[in-house]
Amino acid sequence: MALFRRSSATTPAPSAVRTANDLQPGEAATVCCLSDPQMALKLLDMGCVPGTKVKLVGRAPLGDPLMLTLGDEGYTLSLRVNEARTIQLKA
Amino acid sequence: MQVAPPDSRPAGLAAGAAGSPTPPDSGQLPRLALIGNPNSGKTSLFNQLTGLNQKVGNFPGVTVDRKSGLAQLGGQRRAEIIDLPGTYSLYPKSLDERVIADLLYDPKAADYPDFVVVTVDASNLRRSLLLFTQLADLGLPAVLALNMTDVAAERGIQLDVPALERELQVPVVPMNARKGLGLAALRIVLADRLAVAPARRFWEIPRALQPLVQAIRTHFKLHNDYLALHYAHQFRQLHFLTEADREYLAELTTQAGFDPTARQAEETVARYARLNELLLDAVTVTRTEQREPASNKIDKVLTHRVFGYLIFLAILFLLFQAIFAWAQYPMDLIDQGVASFNQLLQEHFHGPLVRLLTEGVIAGLGGVLIFIPQIALLFAFLAVLEESGYMARVTFLMDKLMRPFGLSGKSVVPLISGLACAVPAIMGARTIESWKDRMLTIFVTPLMSCSARIPVYTVLVALVVPDESWLGIFNMRGLVLMGLYLLGTASALVSAWALKVILKARERSYFIMEFPVYRWPRWKNVGLTIVEKVKAFVVQAGKVIIAISVLLWVLASYGPGQRQAQAEAAVQREATAQRWPAAETERRVASARLETSYAGTFGHSIEPVIRPLGFDWKIGIALLTSFAAREVFVGTMSTIYSVGQDADLGTVQQKLAGERDAQGQPFFTPKRALSLLVFYVFAMQCMSTLATTYRETKSWRWPLGQLVYMTGLAYLASLLVWQVF
Repeated sequence: MALFRRSSATTPAPSAVRTANDLQPGEAATVCCLSDPQMALKLLDMGCVPGTKVKLVGRAPLGDPLMLTLGDEGYTLSLRVNEARTIQLKA
Repeated sequence: MQVAPPDSRPAGLAAGAAGSPTPPDSGQLPRLALIGNPNSGKTSLFNQLTGLNQKVGNFPGVTVDRKSGLAQLGGQRRAEIIDLPGTYSLYPKSLDERVIADLLYDPKAADYPDFVVVTVDASNLRRSLLLFTQLADLGLPAVLALNMTDVAAERGIQLDVPALERELQVPVVPMNARKGLGLAALRIVLADRLAVAPARRFWEIPRALQPLVQAIRTHFKLHNDYLALHYAHQFRQLHFLTEADREYLAELTTQAGFDPTARQAEETVARYARLNELLLDAVTVTRTEQREPASNKIDKVLTHRVFGYLIFLAILFLLFQAIFAWAQYPMDLIDQGVASFNQLLQEHFHGPLVRLLTEGVIAGLGGVLIFIPQIALLFAFLAVLEESGYMARVTFLMDKLMRPFGLSGKSVVPLISGLACAVPAIMGARTIESWKDRMLTIFVTPLMSCSARIPVYTVLVALVVPDESWLGIFNMRGLVLMGLYLLGTASALVSAWALKVILKARERSYFIMEFPVYRWPRWKNVGLTIVEKVKAFVVQAGKVIIAISVLLWVLASYGPGQRQAQAEAAVQREATAQRWPAAETERRVASARLETSYAGTFGHSIEPVIRPLGFDWKIGIALLTSFAAREVFVGTMSTIYSVGQDADLGTVQQKLAGERDAQGQPFFTPKRALSLLVFYVFAMQCMSTLATTYRETKSWRWPLGQLVYMTGLAYLASLLVWQVF
């Protein structure tokens, strides 16, 4: 898990990949890869394929879970922070 | 390149389904399975096709409901429809989804479908079609119900149906199942059995897997390569395989160095790539989505950090209002109806059999029927919240708050429903995919103070708490009542927290879910949900409740040897000597008979056990009789404490207040009442809940665990109250 801890700018490590959890509300990015193989199967089934555009719609009042809109079709998923961290984004 | 030869698919009918293919319009009803993504309008379509011709059974070996129904397809043609749980792919992620594999992967099964109707969300075509391509590759004849065309049109998505039919090679019926549009066309397609299995493969099994796939196909005599591959993926979960089959497959896959996770990911990505090509011509988005969807705007308010919770609280308040206040009228009607029916019977017929019928069976039946208004109202509310899409937002709002206790956002609704009645609440826990979360929720839900505790609470609170206000605003009785509710809720959460350490997760738990768009609920769907849940309760729990009621009636009506007769004779003698009025004598006789009955004997014999809690044998009897249902407590107390009091003293409360201890002081002191109240907060005294837990978990371990744990907790808590304070 430590590998995917919220990466701050001061620790430039290989783990400093931006994930869906690092998006600002309203910000969009493209999925690069899925880092957790088991979780990836679930995400793939739900249409979160590498190359898809994801947009952070917002977070629950307590910061977790978060709401992501996927692709051009624009359907919305709700997922927990630890699940969103497995979605790595293209730089 | 297609490596394997084309699959030998029998036209229209799968091999071995019924021995021989059935020609249209004769013999057996065609059987079709309805399958699709969650939120793709599958339930709406099922309800539209079958109406009230639905029945709920069980898939063999699992707790998942098997909903099936009879559809009129026009003319004399009918078909049996099985509604499968919503799923995103044929690789199951939850227990519910496994029944799909069990049904579709065993061509020899009795209810193997002749063809499938795949519902897809037209506004999410690429993702919805993933499942379709998997089904098509299994060689299942299919019809595509292209649903939610209205949502697609709203989003500027234009679909070329003939192009889709060309690419997918199956009949495509555009529809709006909620409004019933396209239903006639679908009926015709189904009636004429136009379903076909596409000749094209949407995904080709990699060469490297061919030896494994062919070995499995030969060994199990399967008609399809892709099916063989799924055996390699899922053999551990397929119920119909024998132990030997599983060992064979385990060995085979290990030898082949088969990596299911990597293979599945590879397959899914390849399928999406293929779908992108196929949909290029059939789907055009004319209007790029610039303005924000209405659903997102509503979400800004409904999941707002302040308004979100306030609105949720307001909805809860309305829910309680409905269950406590509105349900009261029909409940009173049922109560009076059963009582007057019993009275009528007793006036005209006599004898022990009539008493068994009236005081045992019909009273027990009344105890079942009385819950119907609450169950119906609760499920009406839940169905509206679910249908409108709001329930997903509640889950979203509450998830973080519930997690420290080992529960998830999805546990909130069952727990809150538990404040009304644990029976529908436990049934409602079915929406929780994770086995561990679901078991935790089911286990602790009965600790939430349900409405059956209200009579006990109100009688005892009114007995010892003065009707005064505190600080001029808060009614003391109201405060104590609220305290009891909080105690129950806190105990449920703490118990879940403790149990989460003990219980091992069976599978990985996911929270991820799709947010459905907001829509107006369809009243037909709401109505059918109510009918289904009420039926399930009356039939399933009703049987147990009536059986236990009869047993308890026997225990309370008969006693060992001649003791009852002797006690009655003694009372009669005293009555003649003291010249008691007839009503007084009758009450004393009833009381004496109860004291010397098996239940009374039980009350006496457990007195040493419950004395440390401040209870006497009379309360012991009430504890026994209220084992089946808490609200019986009041009735029993009323019978047993009616000795030696004025005939006009009607209410239970007055009877209890008049009870004196050996020193002539009031028996029900605040401390004693509190001990009893605390006992009722925790104790598992509800046969219906135990029966429902058994039904939902398919194991006696869970209801027994609840019984032992909650009774133990009740005992310890009462002990604490009586000994410490």
